[in-house]
Amino acid sequence: MTARYSWRAGVGFAVGAVLLFAVAPVALSDFRLSLLAKYLCLAMVAVGIGLAWGRGGLLTLGQGVFFGLGGYAMAMHMKLADAGPGEMPDFMQLYGQLDALPWWWRPFASPWFALPATVLLPMLVAFLLGSLVFRRRVRGAYFAILSQALAAAMVILLIGQQGTTGGTNGLTDFQGFFGYDLDDPVNQRMVYFIVAGVLLLLLAIARQLMLSRYGELLVAVRDSEERVRFLGYNPANVKLVAYVAAAGMAGLAGALFVPAVGIINPALIGIVPSIEFVIGVAVGGRATLLGPVLGAVAVAWAKTALSEEFPAAWTYLQGLLFVLVVAFLPGGLASLVRMVRRRRPPPDPAPVSPAPVVSPQEVRA
Amino acid sequence: MLDIRGRWKGALLPLAAILALSACGSKTGENESVGGAVADTSGDTVKVGLLNSLSGTMAISEVTVRDSIKLAVEEINASGGVLGKKIEPISEDGASDWPTFAEKAEKLIREDKVAAVFGCWTSASRKAVKPVFEENKALLFYPVQYEGLEQSPYIFYTGATTNQQIVPGLEYLKSQGKTSVYLVGSDYVFPRTANKIIKAYVQANGMTVLGEEYAPLGSTEFGTIVNKVKASKASAVFNTLNGDSNVAFFKEYKSAGLTAASMPVVSVSIAEEEVKSIGTQYLDGQLTAWNYYQTTPGAANDKFVKAYKAKYGQDKPTSDPMEAAYVSVYLWKAMVEKAGGFEVDKVKAASDGVTFDAPEGLVTVDGATQHIYKTARIGKVGPDGLITEVWNSGQPVKPDPYLKGYPWAAGLS
Repeated sequence: MTARYSWRAGVGFAVGAVLLFAVAPVALSDFRLSLLAKYLCLAMVAVGIGLAWGRGGLLTLGQGVFFGLGGYAMAMHMKLADAGPGEMPDFMQLYGQLDALPWWWRPFASPWFALPATVLLPMLVAFLLGSLVFRRRVRGAYFAILSQALAAAMVILLIGQQGTTGGTNGLTDFQGFFGYDLDDPVNQRMVYFIVAGVLLLLLAIARQLMLSRYGELLVAVRDSEERVRFLGYNPANVKLVAYVAAAGMAGLAGALFVPAVGIINPALIGIVPSIEFVIGVAVGGRATLLGPVLGAVAVAWAKTALSEEFPAAWTYLQGLLFVLVVAFLPGGLASLVRMVRRRRPPPDPAPVSPAPVVSPQEVRA
Repeated sequence: MLDIRGRWKGALLPLAAILALSACGSKTGENESVGGAVADTSGDTVKVGLLNSLSGTMAISEVTVRDSIKLAVEEINASGGVLGKKIEPISEDGASDWPTFAEKAEKLIREDKVAAVFGCWTSASRKAVKPVFEENKALLFYPVQYEGLEQSPYIFYTGATTNQQIVPGLEYLKSQGKTSVYLVGSDYVFPRTANKIIKAYVQANGMTVLGEEYAPLGSTEFGTIVNKVKASKASAVFNTLNGDSNVAFFKEYKSAGLTAASMPVVSVSIAEEEVKSIGTQYLDGQLTAWNYYQTTPGAANDKFVKAYKAKYGQDKPTSDPMEAAYVSVYLWKAMVEKAGGFEVDKVKAASDGVTFDAPEGLVTVDGATQHIYKTARIGKVGPDGLITEVWNSGQPVKPDPYLKGYPWAAGLS
């Protein structure tokens, strides 16, 4: 790692922090700021997809599952906190006709269980699925279809269990977030700051992973899995780490999406939103660190702006936008930066980090 | 060498900001008067929001509702507006996506500062926007029949609640000597809740439910379900399917040799618009439960149908949700005029007893529930694709969203 490179990253993070924490809150109305919080949540999912797909070549068309697990875990906790100790959430009293809270709801009453669960639950599911799938060398289109089937299955499960999951309505109508009244604009702003802070943190983690020796290995697996295997590494474990990390990020995004937007429902986690996550990453540039974030925010922002301006025709314009990006910027928005940079002398060749995150012994296991 | 400090410097800044701000917000239950957007009615015009799906699976239905709201707005503007102000409609696309509905509702209230919002169709979209309206203390007029068990202080429900549609439908079946029903519905909140109510009614009235089947929204696979229905030999079917599924269901139903004479189907989501898209030959003689049909007699309806066809085309039918949406704009106007202003509290306070000579007959707002008195009407689909009334409740039925007046429904809410 050259000093110049990390110095630049430090400046990058500082600029991002200033934009998110100083400029945006002043420049945007409360409503627009809450929309930005939503976009940034989607951007967190994108960071994970950038890692798994951009770096690892795992086309995950089912990130909605992990987003949903995190979102529902948080929403269940908030619903129980609203209802008060020993009480059932409002929708259960309406539709469920249950006498008592289902057993699998109960632990979520405790924030000490619910908060870690928003991240660990998706990671656990990704670990179980990933260990099965990657060891059996399922890859490419088969992996994409499998991940998508999982999203479809989860939606059907949630809708069918209306009494305990809220069905198509999902979970909505939250009063408070860890005791803070969500109606209060000050607290809404607070949620935005948390979201922005977490996004920067995830970016730092993703950057660390990408620049580490593990990151090199991940790219190697993407480009030639067989060659990596012959070098003595187990590609299944390399992929598993990226997949589990991406799932954790999606879970955290879902968890923060709930207080920021105020709803989680099956329509947010099914096949279509899962593909939309990937579209954002593709538009931004999947193999870069910031590309997925910019892409996710740009796509979400364009959706809002176009639909407000042209409520009857915005879907066509959005489609046109995707076609234009794919046709003229196959590397995504991030390749714009590279185009500009190409006119200057190229930077130093990619350095090798001396501090590996995963040692070859672990990976080989 | 890795410069760890440089990398984490950026992450520390947000943490500091979070800590600095964490003491400011109010706790839950501390302050009751937070939130609340004020409508901007200072100009010559008053803005209202139109929130309907203009894209996605619900667009086919919701666009017709948007059109009839626009018709009402134009008529009101032509006759001088509301309190001397012309209405300026602002249309937003809910995109058949519930969180989008919430986002657009917030935009209409907070950015456009509208005086009221008209729209939403599915129960899920209503549930998604409900907290937005309550938090901002703004008004929504919801024009579609729904599953009841709800009473938000910031929503006026101008479509039927269960005791104005489903219960009369069941009473009609009972009066026709039907003793057993089979329940078929789409898999979402309205059919599941409606079927709970139906089962409670059936049990209390000596009838039986012979089966209950749900198809995923948009499903077109009905072979198995229709076979089960046929094998059950039920005396009637209660259908809460939504949208495209009805096309496949009724085609399958007919090809299985079932007819309106052998096993009638009562539908609660099929209006004139849907009859056209399903095909009259598949629906001939089947029953529907609504509060309004294009054929409902009366001068008010003649005027409405004529105006709608003149604006949007002679081949366009009018239907119950369109009528309820049209009525909702006039009811809002009447409430505002009675209140003497656009303020939400005043409008709500003035709402009780407001009447309108609607195409469906006289409707009256019940201030306590914010629903309206509506006449229940059972109709039969004719060969011309129009629905003609075969029974009505004689007078407007008092809305009872929680079915408190029905002993058999005691355990439902």
